[in-house]
Parts: sequence; C-alpha cells; structure tokens
Amino acid sequence: MDLLWSGSRQALALLAGADREIWGILWLSLEVSGSATLISLALGVPAGAALALARFRGRGLVVSAVNTGMGLPPVVVGLFVTLVLWRSGPFGDLEILYTPAAIVAAQAVIAAPIVTGITLAAVGQVPREFRLQLLALGASRTQMVWLVLREARLPMLAAVMAGFGGIISEIGASMMVGGNIKGQTRTLTTAMVLETGKGNFEVAIALALLLLVLIFLVNWLLTAIQQRHAR
Amino acid sequence: MTQAAVVELDDVQVTYGGATVLDVPALGVDEGEILAVIGPNGSGKSTLLRVAGLLERPTRGVVRFRGRPVDAAHSLAERRRMAMVFQHPLLADMTVAQNVALGLKFRGARDERGARVGRWLERLGIAPLRHRRARTLSAGQAQRVALARALVLEPDVLLLDEPFAGLDAPSRAELLPDLGAILRHDRVTTMLVTHDRGEAQTLGDRVAVLMAGHIAQLDATARVFHSPASEVVARFVGVETLVTGRVTARDGGVTVVEVAGRKLEIAAPARIGEDVRLGVRPEDVTLLLASEVTPLSSARNYLPGTIVRVTPSTPAIQVVVDVGFPLVATVTARSLVELGLAEGIRIIAAFKASAVQLIGRQF
Repeated sequence: MDLLWSGSRQALALLAGADREIWGILWLSLEVSGSATLISLALGVPAGAALALARFRGRGLVVSAVNTGMGLPPVVVGLFVTLVLWRSGPFGDLEILYTPAAIVAAQAVIAAPIVTGITLAAVGQVPREFRLQLLALGASRTQMVWLVLREARLPMLAAVMAGFGGIISEIGASMMVGGNIKGQTRTLTTAMVLETGKGNFEVAIALALLLLVLIFLVNWLLTAIQQRHAR
Repeated sequence: MTQAAVVELDDVQVTYGGATVLDVPALGVDEGEILAVIGPNGSGKSTLLRVAGLLERPTRGVVRFRGRPVDAAHSLAERRRMAMVFQHPLLADMTVAQNVALGLKFRGARDERGARVGRWLERLGIAPLRHRRARTLSAGQAQRVALARALVLEPDVLLLDEPFAGLDAPSRAELLPDLGAILRHDRVTTMLVTHDRGEAQTLGDRVAVLMAGHIAQLDATARVFHSPASEVVARFVGVETLVTGRVTARDGGVTVVEVAGRKLEIAAPARIGEDVRLGVRPEDVTLLLASEVTPLSSARNYLPGTIVRVTPSTPAIQVVVDVGFPLVATVTARSLVELGLAEGIRIIAAFKASAVQLIGRQF
C-alpha cells in the first residue's frame, strides 16, 4: 500500500509539473485514438445502416461476422496489420509500420466492427413502419435513411463511446504496429507497460490517472448530450 | 369514365407466398371525391392502400396516376403528389412544427413553409402544441399532427389508413367531424380505408366494400348502405335482420312478402311467386307498446312479438324481438327504461315499407 501512496503522490507532482514527455504521450494517444474513431465512424455508420436497412441473401452471415468483429482480439489485429504493413506486405510501400499512422490503422480496424454493430442495432430499433411513413410523405431514399439515422442518433452515441473507449485503452495492437518508440509511437497504454516493467511506478500511476480521467471526460460529455436530447 | 381518376388500380393482384390477398380488376378515386374502402380486418384494405400509395408493387397489374402507369420502385415524383396517414402515426423525434414541415422539406419547398405549417397547425387545432416534442403527444394529438403533415402538402390525393382506429372514443369523436369538414371544404381527393362503417357513412361519397381481397360492391354511399349487393355486404354494412320470404301480392307501389307466416309490405318491386331475401337495419325498427300504435302512420309494418334478448352496447342497445323470425332493433338507453323493455315482454315492432331492403337487387 505504501508503494501506491508514495507513487500516487509523485505521480500528482509529475502531472502538476507538466512533465513534457507525459503530456506528449497523452496528446499522441488522443490524436491516434480520436482519428481512429473518426475513421471507424466513417466506415461503420454507413455499413451498419446499410446492413440494418437492406435485405439480401447472406445478410445473417454478415451480421454474425460483424458481431464477431466486435470482440476482435487486439493482438490478432496487431499481427494482421503488421503483416499487411510489413516491408514485403501488400501495403509495405507505404512504410508506415512503427509510425502513429500504423496505430491509427490498427485501432480503426478494431473499432470499425464495434461502430458497425452498434449502428446496426440502433438503426434496427427504428420501426420499419417509420420508414414506410417517411416514404409516404415523399422522402427520397437518401432522405429516408438520413432521418432514420437521425432517429437513432442517441443510441448511436453509444457507438462513439464504445469505439473510442475500446481503442484508447487497447494495448496489444498499438505495441505491435507502433513499437512503443519514445516520442514517436509511445501511447498511454504502451508507456504504462514499459514504466511498470522498469519499476517507475510513479510515472505509470500518472499515466493511469490520465487515462481514467480521459475516458471519464469523454463518456461524461457524450452522456450529457444523450440526456439533454432524451428529455 | 368521363374524367381520369387521380389514382386507379387496373387489374391489380397481390399475392403473398402463393395466397392472393388482393384482386381488384378496377378501382379509382376521382378528383374531389372521398372514396371509402371498408371491409373486415384482413380483407386486404391496407394492402390496397399501400399499392395505391406506390409503397408496394402489386404482383400483377398496374397503378395509374392521372392516367399514366407508375412503377412503385421509381415513383418519387408521383409519391410527392400524394400523402398518406397511418393508423399509428410514427412522428420523428423533433417538435410538432418540424414534423409538419417534414414533407415540405423533402420536396425542397421553402416558399412560405412557415406560413403553410402555421396555417395547418391552426386548422387541425394543434397550434398551441407547435413547440412540443412530438414524442410527448397523446395518440389523438399525434394523429392530428400526422394529418397536418400530410394535408400541408396539399396532395393530389390523400390516402388514409384507419386514421381513427388507434384513438379513444372522445378523441375520435372530435377528430372525425374536424377532418370531414376540412376534406369537404377543400374538396381533397381522398381514399379512406376503414373497418368502421360509421366512418365510411359519415365521410364517404362512394364506398367500396372489400371482402377477402375482392370488391364486393362499389357504389354511392347511400346505395351501398341501402341496397347491399349481397348478404355479406348487407351484414357488414349493418343489416342485422336477414330473412327469406315469398312474394304473394303487388299492390300499387307496395309488394307483399310472406315471411314465416307474417305478411310484410315492402317498397321494392318484385315478381309474385318469387323467393326473395330481405334485410332490415336495426335503426329502422321502432319498438312500441300496443297502446301507441296509431301515431306512426307512415310505418306500414306492425309486427307483434316477444323480446328474446337485450344486449347493452354503446351508443345504442340491441333488442331482438321474435316476431315469427328474429328481428333486430336498436333503442336508446332512455327508451329502454321508458318502455320498460326486458326479455319476455310483448311488444310491437314497426318499420316502414321503404326500410326493407331487397338483398342483391340493384334498383
């Protein structure tokens, strides 16, 4: 327990002293996971909406695949993205392995099925009859889809939360494709693993606090939006 | 047909999994009229309306809009000249005014959008609710919003699918005359689908009776209700008493038909010796005590009998009198008490010769 207390005190001191390295790590994590969330939304929202609204052969299979993807192990994604980005791999020419771009790619792969799955569920909750009534008011297909998404906007905020929450605290893939290079690809989670391994508990605790506060703030903001609209 | 119908179904069939749920050789709604389509639940009414509203493509046949065939899959332009209201309105999660503006927005109609929305909120009596979130409305209020968002489009044809069925009796009693007044005043071309014959009678210029996917009768409202084309139609439009008799005499404008040993005088012409099916609507039958017979001189049929059943229901009470055959009458709760009607009581049932309908005979 003593270790925890002294570590926490030193951690707070570190944070108060605005340790440049720590803030740099925080900023990188935010940038990487934020970008990955945006990419996963850009891919997952249309995919989820299309899956919810369309009826085609093999739809059940695709939906099952998406649901499986929601629980994709990050290490598996890390391995896959490493192989793809490896010098001799299909995207090796991009030379982005061990850069933040590689982490963004891996995290987007992890978050996209989560966003797709939650969008699918959210849009699926909007009654079919609602779509029919919009068409009966003269909505084009695009206008209809847009309004259905608008109806589903509150549960879809959950997609944002789950997507971001899933990847900001993810470690396996970030470590594998980023390499935990100091000042370049070191994120909150990979830094914590390193510092804990080295016995620098005060730094690890400081990072842990930052991570928790970050996740809390994001969820608080989104919950506030949800509740304001749900009234 | 002198003028082209606004929307018409031509040789339309709809089958689901091999079962034919709708088979309509021809049905059209003309400019400015209210066509009521009535039928029991499951008779294909809603399917018919969805096909007419270009929301569902028929298995066979075509839908014409102002004379031109339209494929439901490529019908945006035509759909934008129609509007449809459903039994359970699903409003978008926004304010009442925004909901009413929805169809105008779809059409990109910006001119006077606010003024038009305001006018229709006013006409449907929901102006005070304009800033309310649609989700917080009662069923009656929501249906008014749904009607406003359809009528604000000033559609070429308004399609109504059981618009009153989801409402409680008081809301329904308020909305029915309000909507009727608007449709009449603006001469809105309307196709109303309902299982309620009272709504059809109140609103319809013409009535189509749909039975098991087929149109059993299509005629002016009064004619459907007063000379039903068949026994199923007769029952559905509220003819409770249906009996068979033989024509025994013709005397001027009056035909005498013998039913179960009783002689009935009817206004409709028929050949002597012919067997006929007769129908009497319960509201056309008056129940009298023996001492009261004289005042109702225009009633030609006075049948003494015994009350066998009294069934209370709203708004009228149903009384079955055995006059040699069971004759159904409706009375108000007040006359029930005043006349002291009860099972076993002897009474006289009176009805006019013109109240007797000859079933299946168009004249």
